[in-house]
Amino acid sequence: MMIEVNGQKIECKPEDTVLTALQRAGIFVPTLCYLPDLFANGACRMCVVEVEGQRNLIPSCAFPVAENMKVSTHSPRVLRARKTIIELLCSNHPDDCLYCGRNGSCELQRLTELLGVRERRYTGERSRHRPDVSNPSIARDPAKCILCGRCVRVCETTQSVSAIDFIGRGSRTKIGTAFDAGLNVSSCINCGQCIKVCPTGALSEQSSLKEVHNALADPHMTVVVQHAPSVSVTLAEEFGMKPGVDVNGVMVTALRRLGFDKVFDTSFSADLTIMEEASEFAHRLTRGGVLPMFTSCSPGWIKFVEQFYPKFLPNLSTCKSPQQMMGAVVKSYFAKQAGLDPHKIFSVSVMPCTAKKFEAQRPEMLFNGLPDVDAVLTTRELAQMIRMRGLDLNALEPDTADTPFGSRSTAGKIFGASGGVMEAALRTAHHLITGKELEALELKAIRGMDGLKEASLRVGDVSVNVAVVSGLGNARKLMEEIASGARPNLHFVEVMTCPGGCVNGGGQPYNASPEAVRARMQALYRIDREEKVRTSHGNKSVQRLYEEFLEKPCGKKSHQLLHTRYHAREEVAL
Amino acid sequence: MNAESIGLLLDQYPGAGRDQLIPILQDIQERYGYLSKEAVVVISRRLNIPSSKIYGVATFYNQFRFLAPGKYHVQLCRGTACHVKGSAALLEEVKKELKVGPGQTTPDGLFSLEVVACIGACGLSPVISVNGEFHAKVKTGGVKRIFDQYRAREKGN
Repeated sequence: MMIEVNGQKIECKPEDTVLTALQRAGIFVPTLCYLPDLFANGACRMCVVEVEGQRNLIPSCAFPVAENMKVSTHSPRVLRARKTIIELLCSNHPDDCLYCGRNGSCELQRLTELLGVRERRYTGERSRHRPDVSNPSIARDPAKCILCGRCVRVCETTQSVSAIDFIGRGSRTKIGTAFDAGLNVSSCINCGQCIKVCPTGALSEQSSLKEVHNALADPHMTVVVQHAPSVSVTLAEEFGMKPGVDVNGVMVTALRRLGFDKVFDTSFSADLTIMEEASEFAHRLTRGGVLPMFTSCSPGWIKFVEQFYPKFLPNLSTCKSPQQMMGAVVKSYFAKQAGLDPHKIFSVSVMPCTAKKFEAQRPEMLFNGLPDVDAVLTTRELAQMIRMRGLDLNALEPDTADTPFGSRSTAGKIFGASGGVMEAALRTAHHLITGKELEALELKAIRGMDGLKEASLRVGDVSVNVAVVSGLGNARKLMEEIASGARPNLHFVEVMTCPGGCVNGGGQPYNASPEAVRARMQALYRIDREEKVRTSHGNKSVQRLYEEFLEKPCGKKSHQLLHTRYHAREEVAL
Repeated sequence: MNAESIGLLLDQYPGAGRDQLIPILQDIQERYGYLSKEAVVVISRRLNIPSSKIYGVATFYNQFRFLAPGKYHVQLCRGTACHVKGSAALLEEVKKELKVGPGQTTPDGLFSLEVVACIGACGLSPVISVNGEFHAKVKTGGVKRIFDQYRAREKGN
């Protein structure tokens, strides 16, 4: 099938929209509300083009191609329309780029520049909205919202949560929760996928930079930082490097330069998580516990189960997430070893995730009244800190993390990709149950970007059936199948809240393409391929922690420090 | 209004889907005078529609309210004839007098305010209706006197 664009013939498929055909042919049309793979709502009209025979301009994102259609993408009429749209959006926008967190990464700003808007042509009354800072993970500033609806679609379609929707009508329309209540009392699971798709500064993470800077300046505080497995393969993008570059070593150096007293690797506590979780799984499998067991490292998923599927709470592993496990051993084992009062330790984590901020504040995560983790930064916030100090990642010498929680296996590192936790857990569970290592460590069937991946693995006499899902929309589908009894033989399920796992988390660098996410994922598996210690039980530091402190996986100390409880929640607080 | 009674009302809509949402909301509002949080949550569970979506639909239409109506429900007409006769200034005066906005109820539960598009009494414009009693050709100066009547009625009881 052919269409003619600006006088040139281009090939297209019958199922194409005008926009997808143009994009494949490399012809640029600006978009704003458009999200690939999600329903095109045609709300913003930024992608309008002129089609011969059509009286009006048509939105290319929502218009099917037809044989021999003649399209004009940059006629004066089209350009004028696009520019007017931007000017009108700007007329109801705070217009305060200098003070905005998205200055430089904002799509509205970019389009304003691109279309050559050089004056405020329309002025008048603006909608007035109050910011919503009620939620520990996500801050909303509706004044900056352009009502493109991307957040609504991601929340509904990708995550099947629908915490937010359009409220009201006409010039009073805004995005909000049920009853226009704070995000903290809504069904929001704090994943931050909405932040990632927001073209403006209307959605952002709730920043913890101030607390961290204050702690670093406090001479009485020992400030400890941990960095999550996926952060080292995404941070580089914030500094102009291509996706998939691992900057682990220089990131450690940068963290020291920023003033952190100890730098620990969350991949270490991911190994610790595997020791506990694989033991728990082996126990459930061999002694007849509740199956299928669900992983518990993704805090968005935990809240999802608590509010939508409370009857499956016993299926969740009781293991805390790696972030919380690290926090717990920092303020217990490390404090004792270093002769520090746990009250004088400020524990910071750098995470790919906004839900981790919520998780760190859960009341279950207190031990003797002290939180395991005091402040959570996203990858983006760490980049901001590094830029503020004027550190050049390209010029730093790489360094290694601190003992006793600095060394990891690659099993802990692949936690950052969807399927990684399952792969790591099976490597260790197999060893626990049979006493032997898996012959083939790499479980290719559960790697990659697919929303649902499945595998069967022979462990001793049993064939263990596992499923890996990412994106809560996919999780919901699987949960419905399990609830209906359609999957009686499933033993173990890994769920990651964000599509593709933590490499695509809500705290990761903005504007990542699907290819970038894949590159991030591949970087983790490259590390797994190239290093020697590839199982969590093979991590000598983890073994030492058990010998000197925890005694044994799922033992008494572990239960005190490394395991947790969940509770059913109302979807909307009454 | 409790979950049980709302559940009973919903039983009259067996197998209802999203296409039944608006009739159900209207039914609830007619029965209870407003859409409570609880009602929305119960409907959400029964119809399998997220609460945020139901709230989104309900706020699209002027007819739905989310606070219990007061003992005296005040409807102020903002139709064309009343507008020409100065209902905009009248609304401001009523808001000032009752200290609530449209869709709200006074803290003592006595008055609730609703703005309506046309009440069908253009000859009496500008017009205010209180529990169906019409007050014709109301001037801003006369607003206080109208509400004082109802307040006095309450004291008398």
